Amino acid sequence: MTAVAQKRRRRHVPLILVAGAAIVVVMVLLGLIGPWIAPYDPTMFAVRSRMQPPSGLHWFGTDEFGRDVLSRILAGGYYSLAMGFGATAISLVIGVPLGLIAAFYRGWVDDVIMRIIDLMISLPPILVGLLILAVTSPGLGKTIVAVGLVYVPIMTRLTRSVALSVLAQDFIEAAAARREKTVYILWREVLPNVWPTIIVEASLRITFAILLGSALSFLGLGPQPPASEWGLMIAESRPFLDRAPWIGLAPGLCLCVLLVAVNFVGEGLRDLLDPRMQGRGHG
Amino acid sequence: MLVYAARRILGMVVVLFAMSAVVFAAIHLLPGSVAHMVLGEYATAEAVAALELKLGLRDPILVQYWRWLSGVLRGEFGQALSIDQPVARLIGGALERSAALGGMSLLLVAIMGIALGIHSAVHRGSLSDRVLTMMQYTLIAIPEFFWCTVAIIVFAVWLGWLPATGYTPLADAGLLQWLRHLILPVVCLSLGLTAHVSRMVRSSMLEAIESRYVLAARAKGVPERLVLLRHALPNAMLPAITVLAIDAGILIGGIVVAETVFSFPGLGSLLMYAIQNHDIPLLQAGMLVVTAVYSLATLAADLASAMLNPRIRLGAAH
Repeated sequence: MTAVAQKRRRRHVPLILVAGAAIVVVMVLLGLIGPWIAPYDPTMFAVRSRMQPPSGLHWFGTDEFGRDVLSRILAGGYYSLAMGFGATAISLVIGVPLGLIAAFYRGWVDDVIMRIIDLMISLPPILVGLLILAVTSPGLGKTIVAVGLVYVPIMTRLTRSVALSVLAQDFIEAAAARREKTVYILWREVLPNVWPTIIVEASLRITFAILLGSALSFLGLGPQPPASEWGLMIAESRPFLDRAPWIGLAPGLCLCVLLVAVNFVGEGLRDLLDPRMQGRGHG
Repeated sequence: MLVYAARRILGMVVVLFAMSAVVFAAIHLLPGSVAHMVLGEYATAEAVAALELKLGLRDPILVQYWRWLSGVLRGEFGQALSIDQPVARLIGGALERSAALGGMSLLLVAIMGIALGIHSAVHRGSLSDRVLTMMQYTLIAIPEFFWCTVAIIVFAVWLGWLPATGYTPLADAGLLQWLRHLILPVVCLSLGLTAHVSRMVRSSMLEAIESRYVLAARAKGVPERLVLLRHALPNAMLPAITVLAIDAGILIGGIVVAETVFSFPGLGSLLMYAIQNHDIPLLQAGMLVVTAVYSLATLAADLASAMLNPRIRLGAAH
């Protein structure tokens, strides 16, 4: 190993990565076990204790039906996580193979794939979601698919551009000379070299997937009531902002903490794995 | 440059045609009949038949598409289903109000983003640079609808300085009242995007400052201020323009959300209304118009960066 490579290995882990990862781990755990540790039944109406401000009994207060806000937040955390990780996974599963195929075959295959991608990218992200959710009845699964599709073009373009430079290298020529199968070359030779860049992009993408997903839920096009998705909770709190601001502020702050922490992880990973990508655009 | 511009405009027209087909197909080919979508699940067979006849839904799909598309090309978007008004008039008015909202936000984002980005780059490593960087990481990740909610609680409910919702036309109420309704949505829309743009400007400005041509300019004794303004800044602007175009797409999403929160009667509210009321002519036209606006923004950005970039301007690339 050369001195430069050693120096690179020893570069210290960015603080924001550690802090972000710690918060994300806690929130994922809370999201997973949330429904079981919630102090109250998140769907139980209690007419007598409507819109109570935060107190020892109800840490985040109660909402317009007397439901405990903290319990609802705990029960609804996994929606945001499912949207962020699920949508990113969908964009990877569709986008990465498309990018690899386009880069490997070039020619008309590349042209067809990239024209479709151009078309998808010429639609503003929220419209893709609105279009899918306007013609079908909304739900968690559809929101995840809609958000995932929005980010397919980015993954395809990125994979293709990195794969093109990998494919131009000697070890690929060697593999081709050994008459390796196409699938083997793409899977075993190209993908491992494309991976670091894709991981960084995917980790940054999770933030925007949660953002877009919760915005769609906020607009009523995600999980439906009585689900306590955080964006939906904020939307439902709007008529009571003047009397009971905690109904919307509590899930809002939780969403912000989750998003900022996930973003810290993404930015930290970028600093660690791929410093040249500093300041790349998102969309 | 002219060839490049012509090619990009042609590309945009192709994209818009393709989008009209995609929007139309999504609404008409997906499971569930359009008539049921409009009338609800429990509509009687007679009502469904009557509506299908009225809207020409029994014709072959291509005939329907051609009828819609030829109307759009003549500027006729037809009649809205849920309100007795022509679609074109509804969309025209809404587009104007959304344009004011989006235009002001984009302007604020451009000014603030570029100024803060330059400041960070020039004072790299200083306290203000580090604070701004932390703020960028944080602000990028916070959703518009959270800012909108907080803004309403603080400025409308607690302080009572600004109206929480609604809109007053410029002609009726005068500049001040008009602005009072725009301030909160514009600021809420701008926070995240400003962080994004300032970050891009910072990194491209840093790259420019460390480049050889800036070193050369300093070496021949050009004053530092001129080095930054004349040599570094123009090159740093290229990525900023690209990122502003990307952000136009995010801004459109933000506008839909902000208009809903602030009950602002723009294109976003109209789209949401069309979705909730299953108003298909309104929905189709609204989606097409939003796509067209977005394409125009992308086109403008591409042409602007082509003009700034000699490699594209002089036709070396492409």
